[in-house]
Amino acid sequence: MSELIPVIVAKYNYWLYIVLMMIGLYAMIAKNNLVKKLVGMNIFQTSIILFYVSIGCKKGATIPIIHHGIHAGQHAVDPAHYVNPLPHVLMLTAIVVSVSTLGVALALAIKIYNRYKTLEEDEILARLRAQ
Amino acid sequence: MIWQLDLAILTLIIVTAIAAISVKDLLGCAILFGAYSFLMCLLWAIMAAVDVAFTEASVGAGVSTVFFVAAVFRTTRRTRD
Amino acid sequence: MKTVGIIIVFLAGTLLLYATQDFPPWGAPDSPASTHVSPRYLQRAMEETAVPNVVTAVLADYRGFDTMFETTVIFCAGIGCFILLRVFRQRPEDRYYRHIATEITLHVKGGRIPNKSSEFERIDALWTPYDLIIKTVCRILVPFIQLFALYVIAHGHHSPGGGFQGGVILGASVILLAISHNMRTAIDRLSEKADNLLMAIGVFIYTGIGAVCILLGAGFLDYRTLSAVLFVDDIMARSHGIFGVEIGVGITVMAVMISIYNNLASAGKQDEGL
Repeated sequence: MSELIPVIVAKYNYWLYIVLMMIGLYAMIAKNNLVKKLVGMNIFQTSIILFYVSIGCKKGATIPIIHHGIHAGQHAVDPAHYVNPLPHVLMLTAIVVSVSTLGVALALAIKIYNRYKTLEEDEILARLRAQ
Repeated sequence: MIWQLDLAILTLIIVTAIAAISVKDLLGCAILFGAYSFLMCLLWAIMAAVDVAFTEASVGAGVSTVFFVAAVFRTTRRTRD
Repeated sequence: MKTVGIIIVFLAGTLLLYATQDFPPWGAPDSPASTHVSPRYLQRAMEETAVPNVVTAVLADYRGFDTMFETTVIFCAGIGCFILLRVFRQRPEDRYYRHIATEITLHVKGGRIPNKSSEFERIDALWTPYDLIIKTVCRILVPFIQLFALYVIAHGHHSPGGGFQGGVILGASVILLAISHNMRTAIDRLSEKADNLLMAIGVFIYTGIGAVCILLGAGFLDYRTLSAVLFVDDIMARSHGIFGVEIGVGITVMAVMISIYNNLASAGKQDEGL
């Protein structure tokens, strides 16, 4: 048991991110309402972005904006003092792509509602088969 | 990276996510999604990812929630599950 | 469906949890993500591009192709919403007008009274009273929000911010106008045709800067060659190139956010909504 504690302390955050991912995945599969499926999709996307950003974190490091004093010249930059900026860059793209996908998906939901007058998946399937 | 703060906000995030997919009112779902987005922004600010936090605050908690509310306004507000 | 969902979620969750035993502990400075390319970016960003915000430098200069295609993705999302939702030919429908002098509300079926008439004002079908306090306060706030957004775009070199964030805040200012007043007021300020044109102009600016770099003799989006046009040295030319593409990104993002909101809130008709 005592050798389990360091493992939990080192990795508990990954387990919580996986719990969040599974909440999003469950909402996308098992919920009937289309808007709830979209909320689940967004929860899934933001939890994966959270995972990526967390692997760039370093203990005791500061934000990735280089200190540049007015009087001093260029100091040598020690990468261990700054948080890894590469996951941040990739995840900026991911956030903006997720909002674009949300916009188009909500437009599709409005079109489906105009046609079938409901947003519940089983009612839409029933009305599709009845045609 | 204070681990107590991290753990507390992560717990709140999981609670908000479960609540956002369980309420029966779609407008409440959209507002809870906005709260979830704000808590995510806070978590990233704690992890020193300031650009990502800024983007999530403006995009997720701002514009994304407005899109959801606009779509709920144009469709229906009640849901069975 | 719910039992299938729970089974799938449990299987996937167990698989992922099993995979975490290979992960490096959280916050270790020698994890594989932080040891190959990113130390080079951190060490050389200031001396090669004169931009202290390493995230902006990597986003717009070292990984400029990604950002260009991301701007194109946002543009395609705006076009997609427009194509899906927009309806043009409108059958004569019911409209509600209010006579301003006597405050009588008319329900006009089929015909229409012009929108700019001085005796009748048009109100939405699902009418909520527009409050005077909200209208006045939001009207005063909008220019300050836009000023802050322009500051975020321009100061992206030294502080968190940049093109995306500033563009979204600019779009949010016009959406605030549409929510607090009427959607017709916001469309009067920024018409649909100008909005669609702005969507394309932003992507054009970004790709145009890349094409200018080719015309001056180097590769696509290689900002060092812009020093011949801007009359500065190579390092400052890269800094100005980054600023130029951030402007392009900001314009596109603003126009797309406004366009998607207009199409969503009015279900394509762009005359009433929220």
